[in-house]
Amino acid sequence: MSGAFTMDNRAGPLLRVENLSVHFPVRTGLLGRSRRLVRALNNVDLTLEKGECLSVVGESGCGKSTLAFSIVGLQTPTSGSIHFEGRAITGKAQPSRIERARMAQIVFQDPYASLNPRQTVLTSLAAPLRLQGIVNNGEVEGRVMEMMRLVGLSPDKAKCFPHEFSGGQRQRIGIARALILSPKVVVLDEPVSALDVSIRAQIINLLLDLKERLELSYIMISHDLSVVEHMSNRVAVMYFGQVVEEGRWDRIFGNPAHPYTRRLIAAIPDPFAAFTTPSLIDEAGAQGPPHGFDYHPREFGTHDIYSDPPASQLVSIGDDHRVRLVPAAA
Amino acid sequence: MSGTRALLEVQDLQIDIVSAKHRHNVVENVSFTIDHGETFGLVGESGCGKSITALAMIGLLRSPLVISSGSIRFRDRELRGLPERELRKLRGNRIAMIFQEPMTALNPVSPVGRQIAEMFVLHQGATWHEAERKAVEALASVQVPAPEQRVKSYPHEMSGGMRQRIMIAIALACKPDLLIADEPTTALDVTVQAEILKLMKELCSARGTAVLMISHDLGVIAKMCRNVGIMYAGHLVEQRPVEAIFRSPSHPYTNGLLNSLPRLGSRGIHGRKRLQEITGVVPSISAFPAGCRFQPRCERASALCATTQPDQADLGDEGYVRCFHHG
Repeated sequence: MSGAFTMDNRAGPLLRVENLSVHFPVRTGLLGRSRRLVRALNNVDLTLEKGECLSVVGESGCGKSTLAFSIVGLQTPTSGSIHFEGRAITGKAQPSRIERARMAQIVFQDPYASLNPRQTVLTSLAAPLRLQGIVNNGEVEGRVMEMMRLVGLSPDKAKCFPHEFSGGQRQRIGIARALILSPKVVVLDEPVSALDVSIRAQIINLLLDLKERLELSYIMISHDLSVVEHMSNRVAVMYFGQVVEEGRWDRIFGNPAHPYTRRLIAAIPDPFAAFTTPSLIDEAGAQGPPHGFDYHPREFGTHDIYSDPPASQLVSIGDDHRVRLVPAAA
Repeated sequence: MSGTRALLEVQDLQIDIVSAKHRHNVVENVSFTIDHGETFGLVGESGCGKSITALAMIGLLRSPLVISSGSIRFRDRELRGLPERELRKLRGNRIAMIFQEPMTALNPVSPVGRQIAEMFVLHQGATWHEAERKAVEALASVQVPAPEQRVKSYPHEMSGGMRQRIMIAIALACKPDLLIADEPTTALDVTVQAEILKLMKELCSARGTAVLMISHDLGVIAKMCRNVGIMYAGHLVEQRPVEAIFRSPSHPYTNGLLNSLPRLGSRGIHGRKRLQEITGVVPSISAFPAGCRFQPRCERASALCATTQPDQADLGDEGYVRCFHHG
């Protein structure tokens, strides 16, 4: 966050995911003798601009968490690359974990499961600083206190253990730990799903405030589309390891093109739509695909995760709006 | 409420956690009625007592939880204090229940067809042969494809949505009068959730089954229910027809809850507005405030709220609210 950082337009986006695939070998069949590949991610292309919140939505098993883990370095990609400020962070030239920790951090869904129950908040928050070579106790404590204040926690609770906090406060600790090394990219993996409804607004507001204040960029993984609409600048819809539609938030929510996106938006039980405004999107009624193309040909739910997806491409169908299409059958 | 007798009448239900040293109140003064064929929603956050209330309906509360006072009348019969033998005849037969996580509710080592057939054998005295034939019909009714083959499947061979369909088939096998659904779709993806809710709605209205729907998701409740009760820290703070709750929430908690939700479509029209927060956290069971339990987080709270519990105030639309400063 120093003033030395200047925006260089030629450097391109802050984060670029190119052609990323992650395949997991699994043993199947009698005594696990045959090996097959689960294709969790297939040729995913995404870019994240500075100061943006890019949301990745989709159902469980669509690969959105694998994508998140790849970005923060918890998962090695099978092929493809990820570039941070123009520098490759995957493959041979990848930075060390210590370096990488300053680039991207992650906030997990369940703060209680992701915090060490035997460590005080102070110890938890100080560990990343010490690993980065900041050993002066006064400085470490000062930065921890500052971070606690920033996320809305009282610094005199620094010596408390995770179980002494409520769910919302624990998520604040999770956010503080992700931010303590001042990363530029923060991956939010379902940041409010595990929280009580009355606490969610506090955390959503906090995340948006911090984004402005610290000039952060978010990649948010979520299945809650009303939260996604509220927070995002751009949205990528994933379906069985592929991005099927991607674009600016108002394009995706206002004019979803892919049948899967429409299905996803139509399925949200919106408490207000039922009584005040009519449902904005219905499942049918999508505009047809551009001439010569077709949407994903496979039936929902029958897509085999072991086989290669059909040849397809992301086609631009409007200003900052792309959808995955396959060539139309002759 | 109406002239005809309600299916389920809960009056002043109080549930406590009792140990040798302490007695903590979990649910207090909860009253509601469910008519035949009606879908009633119980909404609240984790720990508000909604699931415990549901378990009390079918006599599944176990020590240290006890019903301290109040009555639960089902088809004009008091369930509280009914011997276990009698309750067993009701459970699964007249009152059925489906849970959030079907994998933990189903028996992992028994084919699903047999688990459905069991209902007909236990409650209707059918032979196993006959029951297994009926199980195929039951599977077909919850729209499981190829039911003849699927009866032989085990729960682990099915997806989450399929398993929840099995749970529904088991629950509705004996055409119960009341179905208690405790967060039935929380563990499912949204598109599957939409299918399951549609299925529940269709089956229950076709069979005249009343539903007690428990959820923290106001969207699910809005879609499914006629009347809704909002629970906070063991109190039923507002009970209204569902449209009224969303059009003109009366209790400050209900109001705060609705305002704290991001509304789909609103950003496109009004731009991004900061979400309204409910400050503070839910009090713990051992430290419930003496008066209104929402008072420490409430912006309308006065001195009276801290000391006195508000009574039910009728709202004229068959609903009531428990708040001195409602509106």
